[in-house]
Amino acid sequence: MASRPRTLYEKIWDAHVVETRDDGTALIYIDRHLVHEVTSPQAFEALKVAGRPVRRPELTLAVPDHNLPTTPRLDAAGKPVPIVDVESAAQLAALEVNAPAFGIRYIPATAKEQGIVHVVGPEQGFSLPGTTIVCGDSHTACHGGLGALAFGIGTSEVEHVLATQTLLLQQSRPMEVRVDGDIGPGISAKDLILHIIGRIGAAGGSGYVIEYRGAVFQRMTVEERLTVCNMSIEAGARAGLIAPDDITFAYLKGRPMAPKGAEWDAAVAYWRTLHTDEGAVFAKSVTINAADVEPSVTWGTSPEDVVAIGGRVPSPEDFADEAKRVAAQKSLDYMGLTPGMAMTDVSIENVFIGSCTNSRIEDLRAAAAILKGRRKADNVRWAIVVPGSGLVKAMAEEEGLDRIFTEAGFEWREPGCSACLGMNPDKVPPGERCASTSNRNFVGRQGPGARTHLVSPAMAAAAAVTGRLADVRALV
Amino acid sequence: MQPLTRVEGRAIPLGLKNVDTDIIIPAKWLKTISREGLGAGAFEVLRAEPGNVFDDPAYKGAPILIAGDNYGCGSSREHAAWAMLDLGIRVVIAPSFSDIHSGNAVKNGILPVVLPQDAVDRLLEVAREGQTITVDLESQTVTTPYQDRFTFEIDPFRKHCLLNGLDEVGLTMARGEAIGSFEASRTAAQPWLMRGTEAA
Repeated sequence: MASRPRTLYEKIWDAHVVETRDDGTALIYIDRHLVHEVTSPQAFEALKVAGRPVRRPELTLAVPDHNLPTTPRLDAAGKPVPIVDVESAAQLAALEVNAPAFGIRYIPATAKEQGIVHVVGPEQGFSLPGTTIVCGDSHTACHGGLGALAFGIGTSEVEHVLATQTLLLQQSRPMEVRVDGDIGPGISAKDLILHIIGRIGAAGGSGYVIEYRGAVFQRMTVEERLTVCNMSIEAGARAGLIAPDDITFAYLKGRPMAPKGAEWDAAVAYWRTLHTDEGAVFAKSVTINAADVEPSVTWGTSPEDVVAIGGRVPSPEDFADEAKRVAAQKSLDYMGLTPGMAMTDVSIENVFIGSCTNSRIEDLRAAAAILKGRRKADNVRWAIVVPGSGLVKAMAEEEGLDRIFTEAGFEWREPGCSACLGMNPDKVPPGERCASTSNRNFVGRQGPGARTHLVSPAMAAAAAVTGRLADVRALV
Repeated sequence: MQPLTRVEGRAIPLGLKNVDTDIIIPAKWLKTISREGLGAGAFEVLRAEPGNVFDDPAYKGAPILIAGDNYGCGSSREHAAWAMLDLGIRVVIAPSFSDIHSGNAVKNGILPVVLPQDAVDRLLEVAREGQTITVDLESQTVTTPYQDRFTFEIDPFRKHCLLNGLDEVGLTMARGEAIGSFEASRTAAQPWLMRGTEAA
């Protein structure tokens, strides 16, 4: 099997093939499954109806995140605060009942380990290099930052994994995105991935699994790699990954669910084999010049609508294909922008720092570094910071970051998906703009009529301080 | 799931590119614990526009939707497929689909048909005239009353499941022995892989 040089993706795939079918699909073993409240109730219900058990409950971890309000969860007497929205409360209650009923480890909303599934998985050492990781959430691609093959699935597949610990899959094609050289100071992993999506397009990775290669990724911290891989889905790729290395191993060592003792050594020895072989062939290769990457912002309603902060709102006529021209015009109408306008002239009423893309401790530190000793502009009406987990929150408080945020006029919240998607109480009002560290600028994503500009944590902080989209490098 | 062999009827000429699953069903509709009734929220934002194709009486109950590139991109929410099914949509024709959404569609008896942009443009024209379009899964063809005939590719396993309305979970559970022996060899060689939450 090892005679032909293989990509990292092919190695992980090969290690998980239970059997191959005549029609070319493969039964792939799933090592780790994350479950949250929104995409699981119908799966548990189907198991119940069919009388099917969960095959390997210890390989699934359940944690609520999407629906949870980010306001305090315990009252002054230490009792859980009831959730006002009846449907949200019912969905959260369903997970709380379903997980233990099927023998699955459940992290309750009030536990310090609770957080966004994609923050919790790596943090607990549940997500590991070389594993297959799935979740009923497209941003599962995130865990590829540890060198795992991680991807989002639908609810029928959640049921399939619970019942069989496998999925029937067609192999994707390996794609390489290479960035060598150096990225300029003040430019983050988020700016880079936005730039990449702008280059390859929202469907540029469809049918592929992306491996991010080159010196820029090798120098990144694990948290930066998680940010990059997280947004692979916004380029249409089901998964993105970065080969694990000493930086990865140092990050994982000692985490609660990571291997220990002799098993740790065996695991690391195996993980060291997880890299693309010399001579392995990618079906598609894209090379990005690191020097071209600037602080990035989006102007439209697709994550491919990216422009450098020093740039201008494009005109529909700038696009070669007709469908894109139509889409661009619709985006501009929705966003309330006119072609030719400087991005730095776009004023902002809301700032959201959070989401599975940018809510880890390094993200909060980057935003706090800009906000320290400064205050949000008067036209910024609502600014919130939502840590990715209770552990991130505690660490930030220990470092005094919470005070920097609140002194700058931000609200300091409890962990959850928050304003990344308009499903819990955190929403951007219709017609208002938000500088957001989340991953999607879709129509209505942050609430009906909300206008989203995707940015990095430092850029979100810069927008808060200046009251408009701004180049963070001027504030450093 | 309902088997799908042949679908004949009017088609909704949406044509839009990058229709994401937040457009198909916004997040506020995802609080349900059921698969039913999501048609009420389907394409809510587009349907708020006067003169939209979904509420045009000419396309009422049309079983086919024609869209642009990258249909179903974004969130993995299967609610998008449930919402489409609730509207009565059984076939979506587009130049490309997101991987996750096309899988979700098939698992709910909805056929994603990939055709080149010029074929999609032609079908949009035919649909706008209110003519019937026929999609035949067995022969993998899309035909119109004007003698247009387009063939499409589909993964044989997906085709088999759609034609017979098969439950994939049941099929895989029948392979329990093969899964069991895979697990046994992993437990022997790399026990840490099998510990999961019990490692803590």
